[in-house]
Amino acid sequence: MATLIDFLFGPFIEFAFMRHALAGASVLAVGACPVGVFLMLRRMSLAGDALSHAILPGVAVGFLAAGLSLVPMAIGGLAAGLIVALLSGLVARATLQKEDASLAAFYLVSLALGVVLISLRGNSVDLTHILFGTVLALNAQGLIMIGVVASITLVTLAVMWRVLVLECLDPIFLKTVSSAGPAAHSAFLILVVLNLVGGFQAMGTLLCVGLMMLPAAAARFWAQRLEALCLIAMAIGIVSCWIGLLISYHFNIVSGPAIVLVAGGFYLVSLIVAPRGMFGQKPRRVQHKAA
Amino acid sequence: MASFVLDDLTLGYDGHPAVHHLSGTLAAGSLTAIFGPNGSGKSTLLKGLAGLLKPISGSIAFQNCSAKSIAYLPQASDIDRTFPTSVADLVATGLYQRRGLFAAHTAQDLADVMQALATVGLDGFSARGLDTLSGGQFQRALFARVMLQDARAILLDEPFSAVDSKTTNDLLAIVARWQQEGRTVVAVLHDEALVHQHFPQTLLLARECLGWGPTQEVLNAPNLQRARHIHEAWDEAAPDCERDEHGHAH
Repeated sequence: MATLIDFLFGPFIEFAFMRHALAGASVLAVGACPVGVFLMLRRMSLAGDALSHAILPGVAVGFLAAGLSLVPMAIGGLAAGLIVALLSGLVARATLQKEDASLAAFYLVSLALGVVLISLRGNSVDLTHILFGTVLALNAQGLIMIGVVASITLVTLAVMWRVLVLECLDPIFLKTVSSAGPAAHSAFLILVVLNLVGGFQAMGTLLCVGLMMLPAAAARFWAQRLEALCLIAMAIGIVSCWIGLLISYHFNIVSGPAIVLVAGGFYLVSLIVAPRGMFGQKPRRVQHKAA
Repeated sequence: MASFVLDDLTLGYDGHPAVHHLSGTLAAGSLTAIFGPNGSGKSTLLKGLAGLLKPISGSIAFQNCSAKSIAYLPQASDIDRTFPTSVADLVATGLYQRRGLFAAHTAQDLADVMQALATVGLDGFSARGLDTLSGGQFQRALFARVMLQDARAILLDEPFSAVDSKTTNDLLAIVARWQQEGRTVVAVLHDEALVHQHFPQTLLLARECLGWGPTQEVLNAPNLQRARHIHEAWDEAAPDCERDEHGHAH
């Protein structure tokens, strides 16, 4: 028993860097998972992925200016992500092209530009750090940034809840009763970019979207109501961080990918055993109700 | 009382008219059917009235209401039926006029939602998920939402096209009640008998207005014959339309 407790909690009791990693990743999950739920319900799951690539050139400019230092890289990433998100939205509204196509065009250019910029000064180790993160190296600055991002996210979601729901559920209705739709859409994209930037030090620009989307996709198999969906996604996200960090510590595996793999495991298990998963729709009772 | 005054209204897409030089008044408290063949601009006109489509030329004047206080029920609503929400929550979105985007719903609001569900015959459905409803039940739920919107003008685009006769009759009773309450109701319909029975006013549309007035006078054999002969013309090389203010071709 004592060994089990030691296995599950020991690393966090013993090492400050493990506590920081757990705190940072969990708080990140609290903000990013509900954002992922809305992305999924808006059929924009891959848009999150695209935006995570889009922040790279901004991060790279920060890196070129100041090396592997958090604040300049975060500011650069935020700027690049917002530019791509807002530009692709603008192109989608001004032309016949749908937002996914314009987003694809902008993020591909953005990703290539980012890699070129980083290779101007850094080496492949730097690139790996930026793409896949270093959750075990989260410092106080990084923790504060994650806390601020999660707070902004939760407050914004609470305030915009009704308009976000209406925009997914029935956009024509929203359009007839209010002109808040486009503004809400932009605000939501800003939230996505904020969370990607908040997560890039811990999870890297490529993997932070994993902590956003996988818990959301897994939770969809369990819940039938939006509120429950968000809470379950948060729970799956936090537990994934905890188990992922443990696996990373005990088996000496890279921590960011370990967290995303655990979240992926939750997705697969949910897909198979959850009530709304692949095998959940089968009747579990021989008789059906009279009405 | 809400009324719409259309003045030489042309609506369309990419400069091609779908509704061409339409003038007339949808009187306050009237119950009007819009009737006509496919492609005759019926849905386009409704979108224009709902404020979703800007006129190419001419104007729509709203009297005693604004585009935002009109209830509009589109033909094939693009509501995501897999969205994780309940029937009651969908219907409660109709409280928008009352509570806006931010204010909390009160106990009275929730009671009104239940009342509206009972009126459309969906007692006991409030907690059901949207994906469990049949087409007819879903249409009933959307009517319940329109009731909660408490709008002075109600626009319905083919509201009975996907529902059976029992549901149609129940929903028609609600439409009649809206008119008794003094609301202006406009519905796009395809069923001639139903229009004759339940709609005192008819606008016969085939891009142009072929008749607008009491249903008995508008829906006569010569008019319907003319409506059938108007084709869906989309001529890329069509010259610019040149008509004077009175709607006569030069």
